[in-house]
Amino acid sequence: MDAVTDRYAIRVRDLVVGFGRRIVIDHLSLDVRRGEILGLVGASGGGKSVLMRTIIGLIPKMGGRIEVMGWDADAAGALNGHFGAPKWGILFQQGALFSSLTARQNVQFPLRENLSLSQSLMDEIADAKLEMVGLSPEDGDKLPAELSGGMTKRVALARALALDPAIVFLDEPTSGLDPIAAGDFDALIKTLQKTLGLTVFMVTHDLASLKTVCDRVAALADGGIVAIGSMDDLLHSEHPWVKAYFHGKRSLMLHKNPD
Amino acid sequence: MSSAPLLNAATVGDTLEIRPTGSWTVINANLLESLFNAVTPQLAGAKRLRVDLAGVREIDTLGAWLLEKISRGAEQAGRPVTVTGIDERHAELIEDVRKVNRGERAARPRQNSVLARLEQAGRAAYGAVGEAAIFLQMLGAIGWALLGVLRRPRSLRLTSLVYQTWRIGWQAIPIMVLITFLIGAIIAQQGIFHFRKFGAESYVVDMVGILVLREIGVLIVAIMVAGRSGSACTAELGSMKMREEIDALTTMGLDPVEVLILPRIIALVIALPILAFLGSMAALYGGGLIAWLYGGMSPAIFIARLHEAVSVTHFEVGMIKAPFMALVIGIIACSEGLKVQGSAESLGRQTTTSVVKSIFLVIVLDGLFAVFFASIGM
Repeated sequence: MDAVTDRYAIRVRDLVVGFGRRIVIDHLSLDVRRGEILGLVGASGGGKSVLMRTIIGLIPKMGGRIEVMGWDADAAGALNGHFGAPKWGILFQQGALFSSLTARQNVQFPLRENLSLSQSLMDEIADAKLEMVGLSPEDGDKLPAELSGGMTKRVALARALALDPAIVFLDEPTSGLDPIAAGDFDALIKTLQKTLGLTVFMVTHDLASLKTVCDRVAALADGGIVAIGSMDDLLHSEHPWVKAYFHGKRSLMLHKNPD
Repeated sequence: MSSAPLLNAATVGDTLEIRPTGSWTVINANLLESLFNAVTPQLAGAKRLRVDLAGVREIDTLGAWLLEKISRGAEQAGRPVTVTGIDERHAELIEDVRKVNRGERAARPRQNSVLARLEQAGRAAYGAVGEAAIFLQMLGAIGWALLGVLRRPRSLRLTSLVYQTWRIGWQAIPIMVLITFLIGAIIAQQGIFHFRKFGAESYVVDMVGILVLREIGVLIVAIMVAGRSGSACTAELGSMKMREEIDALTTMGLDPVEVLILPRIIALVIALPILAFLGSMAALYGGGLIAWLYGGMSPAIFIARLHEAVSVTHFEVGMIKAPFMALVIGIIACSEGLKVQGSAESLGRQTTTSVVKSIFLVIVLDGLFAVFFASIGM
């Protein structure tokens, strides 16, 4: 048992999620290994965000089991509360920064709520996190309304990383960024994953980030995982949706040899 | 998995050796900070610092930063620092943390508190002038849009106007009627109770009639509308501003004043007099009911006395005020809505400002009208 929990950060078994009569996720099983970056792809409205939000406990599930870092979400009902918080950090699609707090206060927020540290140490930690995601301490004084899209994502990532969680959930981290900023962000995630030993669960449509940063890619279609494996495995998958996804016009660049 | 962190400090000759062990992670944050504070004073006595990280089982940004802070403090005091025993797994993180927080934070200039107060007062006064300008600007914009509508009546947003009138007028009727009914009843009860002492109970009818028709009916309704519909207006326009919907309208060649603001203002100007009328009637009804049940004055006598006491002039005085109050509420609500910036906090602030300011202006306007009507003898 311990060997299994040590290997996997997230284990999902037979998960069923639906709204009313509509079943969005139907008996889905997925394992995320420790220390890997898993990319999740799927059609728009196909349940990617629903799957992520179910794992982090924002949407109730109708059936199945979810285990995060060896904790069963049902057994530990408190996973949503104080126990959950230090275990994971979440980067929401729009950043979800608290608009009445400055960037620095946003990053400090999890520290302030979960720990009792001196203000000066919290300031230093927040500045360190901001610097690690490529922002300057001066940016820390800005309010979320004054930040650009890329900076918002960076601050949101810094906040997600504030407590050095073992798992980070990223919901479309590169959407709305220009290719340079998106590339920087990908590199940043890779670096942080290596230095902090993070497990990253990333919902994305960005083919370039799937190719460059993801260790494994999972394809979600018809309410279940239809293919999972390295990018090469998925490119050779025979599933019609996966084929359409990775062999469409926009995906041509994936097949060219980079060198 | 996590074990308690420890920090051994020993002085060997002129070298201070510190040996952190255990889990230097955020779970032990409080302990780590006290360990750090305990070892800092010892640094002063040593000539050299040696940090041996071999005993560290786990480390994260917080732990790495605290250790880095110790060695950086020593370095800045000119004492050589050697760090040994870095685990391969931690090397990259420790290297990363070594680079952060190197830049100098610009110190915030100190402010004289008296000067700051003065500056605040000056800015507030300056702001008040700006507010007046914004009010006039909005009035002008609405007048201009109204002119456009008069020239091309088809450009009036009829659907929106009907919908807003329904929301501001029709939906508000129950609460307005209930509140004015209660106010009328309370005025009558208080009047009967106090006038009874000198046998002037019958004058309660004069008081209720004149007070309700001239002042209370329209004032209470205007204040309620400011709180109920003015705040909704501000919040709607504000959130549209936040989500760039107003910019989108402008880029499509449409005038936000004509599309969004004019229907709301016209709806207010239509609805408020109707509500004021219904409110006044409800207040008279409440007053009559109390006069009958509490004061023993039969409805027939009440109506007869009311007929003597009030004239159409009193009713006119009340009704003339209503559309002007509606206009003030509308202008304040819409201009505050357009002032909303990007954040949720600003939306809340502008909504509060809108309600407070429109209630204030409604009361001021009522006072001005009182002076005006007195001077023309109405």
